[in-house]
Amino acid sequence: MGRTAAEKIISAKAGVDARAGDFVVACADLAMIHDTTGPIAIKAFSEYGREKVWDPSKMVIVLDHATPSPNERISNLHMLLREFAARQGITLFDAGEGVCHQLVVEKGLVLPGGLAVGADSHTCTYGAMGVFAFGIGSTDMSGVMLTGKLWLRVPGTMKVIFRGGMPEGVSSKDLMLNFIGKIGADGADYLALSFSGDTVKAMSLSERMTLSNMAIECGAKAGLVASDEKTAAHLKALGKGEGSPAYDDDDAVFDRVLEIDASKVPPQVALPHSVDSAVPVTEAAGTEVSQVYIGTCTNGRLDDLRIAARILSGRKVSPNCRLLVCPPSRKIMADAIAEGILLQLVEAGAAILPPGCGPCPGTHLGVPGDGENVISTANRNFKGRMGNNKAGVYLASPATCAASALEGRITDPRPFLQGR
Amino acid sequence: MEKHITGAVHKFGDDINTDYIIAGKYTKTLDFSTLAEHVFEDVDPEFKNRVRAGDVVAAGKNFGCGSSREQAPIAIKYAGVSAILAKSYSRIFFRNAINQGIPAFICDTDAMETGDEITVNIEESFAELPGRNIKIPLTPLSPVMVNILEEGGLVEYLKKNGTYILPE
Ligand code: SF4
Repeated sequence: MGRTAAEKIISAKAGVDARAGDFVVACADLAMIHDTTGPIAIKAFSEYGREKVWDPSKMVIVLDHATPSPNERISNLHMLLREFAARQGITLFDAGEGVCHQLVVEKGLVLPGGLAVGADSHTCTYGAMGVFAFGIGSTDMSGVMLTGKLWLRVPGTMKVIFRGGMPEGVSSKDLMLNFIGKIGADGADYLALSFSGDTVKAMSLSERMTLSNMAIECGAKAGLVASDEKTAAHLKALGKGEGSPAYDDDDAVFDRVLEIDASKVPPQVALPHSVDSAVPVTEAAGTEVSQVYIGTCTNGRLDDLRIAARILSGRKVSPNCRLLVCPPSRKIMADAIAEGILLQLVEAGAAILPPGCGPCPGTHLGVPGDGENVISTANRNFKGRMGNNKAGVYLASPATCAASALEGRITDPRPFLQGR
Repeated sequence: MEKHITGAVHKFGDDINTDYIIAGKYTKTLDFSTLAEHVFEDVDPEFKNRVRAGDVVAAGKNFGCGSSREQAPIAIKYAGVSAILAKSYSRIFFRNAINQGIPAFICDTDAMETGDEITVNIEESFAELPGRNIKIPLTPLSPVMVNILEEGGLVEYLKKNGTYILPE
């Protein structure tokens, strides 16, 4: 009987032949904490009476959720994290470096076939590189900091096969919103997703990250994409090895296999206040939006900014609407400056925010007002998510968000791409 | 950990995410009592005034989905809640609640309504609504979760064991 990639990676990290449903104790290759979840993990760790974490070279701390700090309370938590990092010899990425998940993939901090945990639910993003990666809470993280390990139940795998070419104006975000809409917010609870098919094969690493990033929005523990020559090229450029890629065997046991024709999925919009409420953009079109947000670990990368600029350059953002753009890393910001994209966006009327989570988690920067609608490239639109429970958040692709900024209403991006 | 819990039910629906349990803007603190002041604020603003020490949160499916923030179960704990019952949990929240030493069980919560008196008997694994003569079995926790809960949470468990021990 064959094995899934998830079973193979967990088996290797637990030193046993692990199958779906088994309970194992596995070793972590990377442990990430950030400024929302890190302080509680450190507080819990301090109770063990142990001086040093198990292996500081396998930990990383990122200040991204509220950066630069909006108030003294958060500044003090940032200080606590900086002091801990310095004392332990842990790499810390400070304000302005970018969003944790973007940095881990961009810098190749964990390799294909590895097991990564992060005190953040979107840690599943690293699945785009063939890493078995998942989010855990702060106390579980304190246990990893102490032992380098954690217990887990090996998940079954849902195979998601995308076939066919995506039409112009459709992106991996649309596929994922559509998929989550189909299976629901708990449709893959306790399972690993394994994305495959020619559509995924043709995607850039960045587009694959959007798929993996949103795996948690249907309850999945991980969102794996088999690593291939694109993954290897990315790591090679960083001077890193290829890791130990793991692939699903053909005769592995899958909990479910789903095939989706990507050529038939139109641009999608998730309505407030749930991610699994996706409708085709034509059904949401016309809804007024006061703010558009292009950024986050889901969809703020260079290809996302490029398509936004393709739509916005030489045009103007609607006077009834604010456009906020937040590149999720310093490198993306630098590349977007070098390519001239940021200039095009600024001239169209965008406000550029410092690399980080920006308005996504609702802590500061771009909090909407009562009754306002926002359309965002983020992964979550729960009530209050952006800091105001009286606002509505719609989720869409960077193209749909850019077109909506031009009109001040939710807008189908496809006509705006013609001839550009 | 109390093995016999008696309190009032506070009922919630399906897919209550951790943003609803505690909004992101309140999470940046180590003063956990401030979390309790905002618990469930966006979905049930009256909860924090209504809840009494020992009460029970009962919810539908996929309770605690969304963010991994452990501030969510911490907020529920500091509000005085002594147990959580739900039809199903999102994986990360479920672990976090047990790691915080909060008894969190899976069971059919359909019959439970806000204001019901409820007893949770952990030893014999059932919940009971004495006023309505309804007895509901609890789904057993995985053995490792039972051990963590018995120590009062993961920190105490690791202090005692130093590492993870999987029960046979
Ligand atoms: S950008 Fe948003 S989803 Fe991504 S890590 Fe930051 S807060 Fe979480």
